[in-house]
Amino acid sequence: MTLLEVRGLDAGYGDFQALFAIDVDVAEGETLAVIGANGAGKTTFLRALAGQVPIRAGSVVFDGTDIGAVKAHRRVGLGIALVPEGRMLFGSLSVRENLIIGAHAGREGRWNLDTVLDVFPLIRPLLNRPSHVLSGGEQQAVAIGRALMSNPRLILLDEVSLGLAPVVVKSLYEALPALSEGGATVLLVEQDIGQALAVASRVVCLLEGRVSLEGRPTELARSDITAAYFGMPAGTGSEAAG
Amino acid sequence: MEWLNAVVQGIMLGGLFALFATGLSIAFGVMRFVNLAHGDLAILGAFVAVSVTSGLSLNPFVSLVVVVPIMLAAGYAMQLGVFNFTISADPLPSILVTFGLGVVIQNALLETYSADSRGLDVGSIEVESITLTDAIAIGWIPLITLAAAVAVLLGLQAMLSRTSLGRAFRAVSDDPATARLMGINDRNLYAVAMGIAFATVAIAGVFLGIRQSFGPTDGPAQLLYAFEAVVIGGLGSVWGTLVGGLLLGIAHGLGGQFEVSFGYGSGPLLGHLVFLAVLATKPTGLLGRRDA
Repeated sequence: MTLLEVRGLDAGYGDFQALFAIDVDVAEGETLAVIGANGAGKTTFLRALAGQVPIRAGSVVFDGTDIGAVKAHRRVGLGIALVPEGRMLFGSLSVRENLIIGAHAGREGRWNLDTVLDVFPLIRPLLNRPSHVLSGGEQQAVAIGRALMSNPRLILLDEVSLGLAPVVVKSLYEALPALSEGGATVLLVEQDIGQALAVASRVVCLLEGRVSLEGRPTELARSDITAAYFGMPAGTGSEAAG
Repeated sequence: MEWLNAVVQGIMLGGLFALFATGLSIAFGVMRFVNLAHGDLAILGAFVAVSVTSGLSLNPFVSLVVVVPIMLAAGYAMQLGVFNFTISADPLPSILVTFGLGVVIQNALLETYSADSRGLDVGSIEVESITLTDAIAIGWIPLITLAAAVAVLLGLQAMLSRTSLGRAFRAVSDDPATARLMGINDRNLYAVAMGIAFATVAIAGVFLGIRQSFGPTDGPAQLLYAFEAVVIGGLGSVWGTLVGGLLLGIAHGLGGQFEVSFGYGSGPLLGHLVFLAVLATKPTGLLGRRDA
């Protein structure tokens, strides 16, 4: 079943248009990775889905309903949760409060403080700390946990690995299957292609605001991905990436 | 002993200043909103109490049961209907709009109640006091005012730190865009905050009206004291508001000791000087947050 259907999506900030006629389908239960270079429009795409960036044209249909005009604060109740780039924890709230506030307008479901802490045991001893004293990896775990607390049907992960040590990124990615098993469809944006390909069941590549490639990681040639990523003619990618 | 009495009376007066400052502090803390009509709203609250006490034959203290909900609803509606449209990265629209609102309130009060001074009569308790020593006595009204200020601020602190509403206030204050991702309707929350701000300033207005006579154009002076209390204590800080109010009150009390040589304005003058000294040396206020 198609959970999210994006058709002809244009979006941007002020005079700057970041996305051009994006068509993307996300099936329920899959893990879709959106990859692309800096400035390709990945974050704008997620922010448009979460309602943080207004859409200028096209449609976003979530579970059969066009949500293009639905305000950001109402989308979490529908089952869309965004883990924003840079974590964006609430600095004056404790870790526990940051998690609890994730359930503020969320849905009923299997995720609660206990089940989230089971997936991210590293934050259990930190619950009463102010969130700003945490390391980047701990903050990212809290940010993902906060989104899970709303029991999302679709969880949007923006640059989970950004600025984190490889070992921390690895442990965060190891938690992703638990998200899917918990019933969430995962849409993740990632600059780290290797990481994205390893976990995704399908990949969409953006180039300068347009979809440049789409397919299953197992069916895509490395050279095609590199070409789509950097915007070079197919076949030249492998040399460039080498 | 005379000086100690000045400090004690200053602390009592500081309770009133803290009550005035609370609403300003809430509006700034939650949404970085500067309300220049705040003093006029206090006077409006006092005049609403005049109507309620005469219309329903209530004691002014009891009239709070009616006045506070009226002002809370007015604050909620004003934020949803007007103030929310002025909130942006640019503080100028909100400053201009609330300045205009202050003028509107003053003129509406002049039209409705005339320019005569009024007072709220609570009976003999107005002149009763507790004698501590031969030289120091505490009036019941100032004491009740201080108690009310402490109670309001304690309640506010408990709400902010322990309830889901308070958590949402703090989240929106930190980062409204991310708060929306949590399903928090920031605009509605701003309206709740402004309702609370109006309610607290109405309490302050009623206590002002019990303490002294007031007229439709007395608001701006009250705004000045409220601002000074908030800046001394620290913008957006609950305890800072209390500390700021008390320090400003003590300054007024001590300054009053110089009335013989410097005239009637010596109390407020020392208050202004303390305010300027804090602004010059610690612009975030004594208990202010670094980001405020």
